[in-house]
Amino acid sequence: MGGLDTRQIHGAKSTDGIEGALAQGRVLQSRYEVLGILGLGGMSAVYQGRDKRFPNVIKLCAIKEMKSHSLDPQMRSVAIQNFEREADILATLSHPSIPKVYDYFSEEARSYLVMEFIEGRDLEAIINDTPGFLPQEQVLDWAIQLCDVLAFLHEHTPSIIFRDMKPSNVMLDKHGRLRLIDFGIAKNFQPGQKGTMIGTEGYSPPEQYRGVADQRTDIYALGATLHHLLSKQDPRVEPPFSFNERPITTANPTVSPEFAQIIMRALEYEPERRIISAEEMIRSLITLRPAASTQYGAAALNLNSSDVLPLWTFACEDEIRSTPALDKGVLYVTAYDYNLYALDASSGKFLWKYPTEGGLAASPHVHEDRVLIGSDDRVVYCINTQTGRIVWSCPTQGRIRSTPRVEFGHVFFGSDDRFLYAANFQSGRVAWKVETEGSIRSSAAISDDTIFIGSEDGSLYCLDIRGTIRWRYRSKRAITSSPVLNADNKLVIVGSQDGTVYGLDTASGWVVWRYRTDKPVISSPSIGANVVYIGSADGNLYALEVKSGKLIWKYATEGQVNSSPVISDEAVYVGSVDGNVYSLDAKTGSLRWRLRTGGPVISSPVIGADVVYIGSNDHIIYALPT
Amino acid sequence: MKLFGRSKKAEKPQRLSTQDFGDTPTASNRPPASVLTTSRSGLRIGRSTNVGRVRSHNEDSSLTFESSQDSDESVATLGLFILADGMGGHQAGEVASSLAVRIVANSIIRDIYLPYLMNGAPSSDQTPLTDALQGAVETANMAVHNQVPGSGTTLTCALVIESRAYLAHVGDSRAYLYYNQQLKQVTHDHSYVDKLVEMGQLTVEAAAVHPQRNVLYRAVGQGDQLEIDLHMIDLPPNSRLLLCCDGLWGMLTDAIITEILASAQTPQDACDQLIAAANEAGGKDNITAVIAESAST
Repeated sequence: MGGLDTRQIHGAKSTDGIEGALAQGRVLQSRYEVLGILGLGGMSAVYQGRDKRFPNVIKLCAIKEMKSHSLDPQMRSVAIQNFEREADILATLSHPSIPKVYDYFSEEARSYLVMEFIEGRDLEAIINDTPGFLPQEQVLDWAIQLCDVLAFLHEHTPSIIFRDMKPSNVMLDKHGRLRLIDFGIAKNFQPGQKGTMIGTEGYSPPEQYRGVADQRTDIYALGATLHHLLSKQDPRVEPPFSFNERPITTANPTVSPEFAQIIMRALEYEPERRIISAEEMIRSLITLRPAASTQYGAAALNLNSSDVLPLWTFACEDEIRSTPALDKGVLYVTAYDYNLYALDASSGKFLWKYPTEGGLAASPHVHEDRVLIGSDDRVVYCINTQTGRIVWSCPTQGRIRSTPRVEFGHVFFGSDDRFLYAANFQSGRVAWKVETEGSIRSSAAISDDTIFIGSEDGSLYCLDIRGTIRWRYRSKRAITSSPVLNADNKLVIVGSQDGTVYGLDTASGWVVWRYRTDKPVISSPSIGANVVYIGSADGNLYALEVKSGKLIWKYATEGQVNSSPVISDEAVYVGSVDGNVYSLDAKTGSLRWRLRTGGPVISSPVIGADVVYIGSNDHIIYALPT
Repeated sequence: MKLFGRSKKAEKPQRLSTQDFGDTPTASNRPPASVLTTSRSGLRIGRSTNVGRVRSHNEDSSLTFESSQDSDESVATLGLFILADGMGGHQAGEVASSLAVRIVANSIIRDIYLPYLMNGAPSSDQTPLTDALQGAVETANMAVHNQVPGSGTTLTCALVIESRAYLAHVGDSRAYLYYNQQLKQVTHDHSYVDKLVEMGQLTVEAAAVHPQRNVLYRAVGQGDQLEIDLHMIDLPPNSRLLLCCDGLWGMLTDAIITEILASAQTPQDACDQLIAAANEAGGKDNITAVIAESAST
């Protein structure tokens, strides 16, 4: 399908007066209604459609149509084969940057592919619509995203070569994620095999004109795309293979020489001299990320009323409501900007990020060389800690606010779809799921062969590792707090939105003690030497005796304490909706220091090597001395 | 541990119907012991008391109360075991200990047993176990203080729920857990000599013969500000929880107590043998033993 242009522009145009186009209102397969046209090419068209199987909502889709004008039956059959190949490839791929395929069918000598409708603009439109240059950080972020999806394709078995990387084939969706569109000429790669030259002049490397395409073909085209994004020089109107003569830094002095150099290494004329793989390119690009990125205009730090100075800060693009995870010198942070960030814990230097399709309210959990995150896009992702690339994903039917926990080779997490899931840690396959009567936003506590988890139905559930419910304790309101076990596993301690902190017998679910606060308890408890620390929406942080639930001390902040405290040595750390991070003496509850952030602190701290890491709704992650 | 994959429900032990043994089981046509064991739920209990060989009357009181239900629904076994050793002249000691055990039992049955029997599960407004135990002992403390002035009593109480025991304790009676050939003392004596031993000012041997070894610094009936020790312990299958007064543990070494708990066929045999042994050793005080034996798996 050479010369095909299937740009999906924002909003569909009317099909009126377009020859051969499907009429608006036309329904295919008694299911897909044509709403308008998104793009038109020589042998195909892309329509915006609506899936009528969802009558109560408007579920949009993109319908790609292939028609062959050729009277030559052989040409026609090649075209159909190409189309089917695209369908087959796409249907098996699962990556956030690759559109999902829903359906495939033929009708009236035309073939159709029904895909996810991606709302947004393609990069070519963005280049054309941007006065001046795009910010380097923005292009760097896109470069990493594109390398990630190319690495995914190249490492797929069999390896897939995209073969047509160019700005108009990359969409920026409304969540800020790049999506590859038009897999029309993507091909399973077989070494040494020659094919016909297909690609786009200007972006394609020299060898592709000789019919050769491998991973480095895509690397070159990516280099050309990045060159175009930064230099704003369209390679289609420049002399062929002239990138060497047109240095990026000459065209655009705002680009760093290091970034330009990496791009030029992708644009080497001889494939042998090019960057070998997308994976290698990611590693080079990651080192260019600024140590603390505040380019997104996050709230400025207000240090006037703070007692400590942060060692470093890092700004995400939206609120941080979760607890960071610390593992082997790397800090993992989930933000409501849809991203999981990996930062160097000692410097705050950005290592990589993984974008999901929804806000991240749940905390990351690291196990072995993987980090697990649950997203508002209803999916739990398992990400490789080294590369930041996806290992598997596990979809559910509801938003995920529960932090995954790993035990017995399985990942346990709850979903707003009311189920507690146990998924295989290696594969993400669901071993079992158990339904409760409410969304599960609590995270599991696991001991021996027993799992404890709260539900918005108000109950704390105790299950065995087969998922059989052993007992259930009903409090009067939702249990969003995550239970913890005392040192000898006899007591499970949890807060309830009924305002009470409960100490329950792990064997029977009987209430051993309870402590009433004045407002809902959303904070999760933390246990130190015979003392349990927990916050309440009544504004207090409480220290209670583990054995009896008796009050030892409480500390009043000026906002709800929904953050979960953490203890280290003699101190306890917690955030408050009043915007402060507090460090209190663990024995007496007297104030050691506090840090004022630019927003409510719902995030909970994590401690490592004398550093406290905590996020804030001001989008910033703070590294503070203990 | 590879236990994943949906499990079948655990197989229930076969229920025995009465027809198998005739309509009226007698000693001769009882089922064999092994069959009885598989269908037994709940606790086996032993209880003995003896005035000893020196004293003229018995100031000890004990009370047991067990409920276990056999039905398809799983309903927890509950057990309540209370022992008190009274003190005070003019028979005030036995009045104090008797009053204390009854008041504790009444309070716990009201707060824990009755709501549980009504709901079959702990309800959301269930009295927390620590509050129930604490409240029961405090009530007994005030009652003894007001009704039997000048007297006092030790009090050791165990509330068993399934495989856990919750203990409330004041004084120098003791709770021991015997399990897997080992005897473990659960409670700490609230006696001056024990405090001296704890502070390193007295050896265990010297404490055993110290003239003031019976003097307590905490007792039920003292009135204001009684501090109560609470313990939560596991009762593994086939373990024996022993409550006893100082007339028993003061006469016998741990080795002898262990040997009897290990060898006695039933909890009642164990109680009887312990009391006989304490009498043989002198029987200088009243002797009381209560044993709760957890079910085998």
